[in-house]
Amino acid sequence: MRPSTLASDSAELAPTRTVPLPLLRRSALASVLSRPSGRVGLALLILTLALAFVAPIFVRRDPFALTGAALSPPTMLHPMGTDALGRDVWSGVVHGGRASLLIATAVVIVAVACGGTVGLVAGYRGGLTDDALSRGTELFQVMPRLFLVAMVIALFGPGVDRLVLTLGLTSWPVLARVVRSEVLATRTVEFVLAAEALGAPRPYIARRVLLPNILPSLLVMVGLLFGQVLLTEASLGFLGLGDPNTLSWGLLVGESQGFLRTAWWLAVFPGLAITIAILACNLLADALSSALGGR
Amino acid sequence: MIRWYVLRRLVQVVPTVIGIVLVAFVLVHIAPGDPVMALAGEHGDAAYYAFMRHRFGLDQPVPRQMLTFLTRMLTGDFGFSYVQGRSTLLVIRERIPATALLGATSLLIAVAVSVPLGAIAAQRPETGRDTAISSVALALFSAPAFWLAQMAILCFALVVRVFPVQGMTTAGTDRTGAAHILDVARHLALPALVLAAQEIAVLVRLTRSGLIDELGRDHIRTARAKGVAELSVLTRHAFPRALVPALTVVGTRIGHLIAGAAVVEVVFGWPGLGRLLMTALQTRDTPILLGLFIVVSTSVVVVNLVTDLVHATIDPRVRLG
Repeated sequence: MRPSTLASDSAELAPTRTVPLPLLRRSALASVLSRPSGRVGLALLILTLALAFVAPIFVRRDPFALTGAALSPPTMLHPMGTDALGRDVWSGVVHGGRASLLIATAVVIVAVACGGTVGLVAGYRGGLTDDALSRGTELFQVMPRLFLVAMVIALFGPGVDRLVLTLGLTSWPVLARVVRSEVLATRTVEFVLAAEALGAPRPYIARRVLLPNILPSLLVMVGLLFGQVLLTEASLGFLGLGDPNTLSWGLLVGESQGFLRTAWWLAVFPGLAITIAILACNLLADALSSALGGR
Repeated sequence: MIRWYVLRRLVQVVPTVIGIVLVAFVLVHIAPGDPVMALAGEHGDAAYYAFMRHRFGLDQPVPRQMLTFLTRMLTGDFGFSYVQGRSTLLVIRERIPATALLGATSLLIAVAVSVPLGAIAAQRPETGRDTAISSVALALFSAPAFWLAQMAILCFALVVRVFPVQGMTTAGTDRTGAAHILDVARHLALPALVLAAQEIAVLVRLTRSGLIDELGRDHIRTARAKGVAELSVLTRHAFPRALVPALTVVGTRIGHLIAGAAVVEVVFGWPGLGRLLMTALQTRDTPILLGLFIVVSTSVVVVNLVTDLVHATIDPRVRLG
């Protein structure tokens, strides 16, 4: 362990790989699908994607339209009931998924760009660069996301753009640390040394030799992170910190809190949708991780 | 050796805390709106604006303002709450005990529940019991805390009416002594259980994987071969090493715990930091939000430091590097 390593580094569970990579690439999907967690995860993922992207084509009803009696329990016409203004919860759940999933995707893209770069550079350059980047990573890791978002929203007003940026900029440290430790483990392997001996430039080695080899464990982390971000987005929406003009699952559950005693359906269904989406991410990440030989 | 490690870790904390304060400064600085306009109103003349600007130090160069901000934040001077008109530090300090009680209770519940469950799962990996425990843990890990809280209220407090749903004490009563403690405990039960759920999920998985690794080692086989009872193998031979990563993670999850507590507090009307965050947000009480951000981040840093030091005391590999 390097002197600059924190004790808490050792707690990060980077999956240890025992399967050789070419074999893995051919059978990764098959291996993930051979596990129950992988199959259930994939099924739930398809269900989530269908709910968020296919169902809106068929559910034409405007989620903001007042379509029935206020606070009506689930009926044939409104399978998930209606809210305090008589809006259909089912079309809210269907149309709200897209925003939640797109926000999470944007956040993950920001996080992978930052975390991947920082981890790759820190792990490969080592020395002072590594020390400086590791301190920066730690700084962003200790910042409590919820309290930071609260301050940003209070100072700048609510909006999807600042939500994505704040969440993205506080989500990358985990990725950076996993990528860094993977790079540290891979950089002394023979084929990397061979590439160096052949005189390949360092950026080339980082991109074409190291990156493909850490991709599987990065993918596991991305799956977990996606679930985490969905969870955070929903929690923020629940606390009223989301964008009030964008219909998302978080916004729906946020509106439910005042009616918990009178209208259980407002809380149950949007929350169930969120849980299913997050479960899908976690199951798939889990299956992939054990396909890679971790536990 | 341990002295050097402690020293190094203490030195590492300084830039982190300064960095946190600087992030807050940048946010406040680039926020839209001119503070002078807010203080002096829109109808002052140029001289008055210049006076106000000078009085609040806003005419100083940015690095100087940054330094002033830094010293004020580090001495706990977050200004006065817009709404309550009292010192922000006082307002925040009043709320800490409730959140600390909630967080500590759920952490205790989580450890008490997850270590035995993780051990049971690790005994026979990939069998029915293990699959059941791991699946439940994963499901708990996936359910948002606020949703679990709402479902808990629906089940326990409205249908089965065992626990009270709101607040920290029964309204309209003025109990003291044991009756008061019992009353608080009854109100604490549901929020603490809900908050514990996610920590249980994380800790079960960690205990399980740590133990599976450990139970495959030679010294365990030796212990079993010489006839040590299975329970003793687990607690005396396997736990000490297997639980070290779990301990570290408890430390690093303190941030999650506080954020989770905030959400749970809102659902259950628990008068802690989370409720304070919500009311401050609704009234745009920036000093409170700023103070909360600094106080919570600093406590995360401190808890991480303590965890690392404890870890280093237990495990020489950490401090020897």
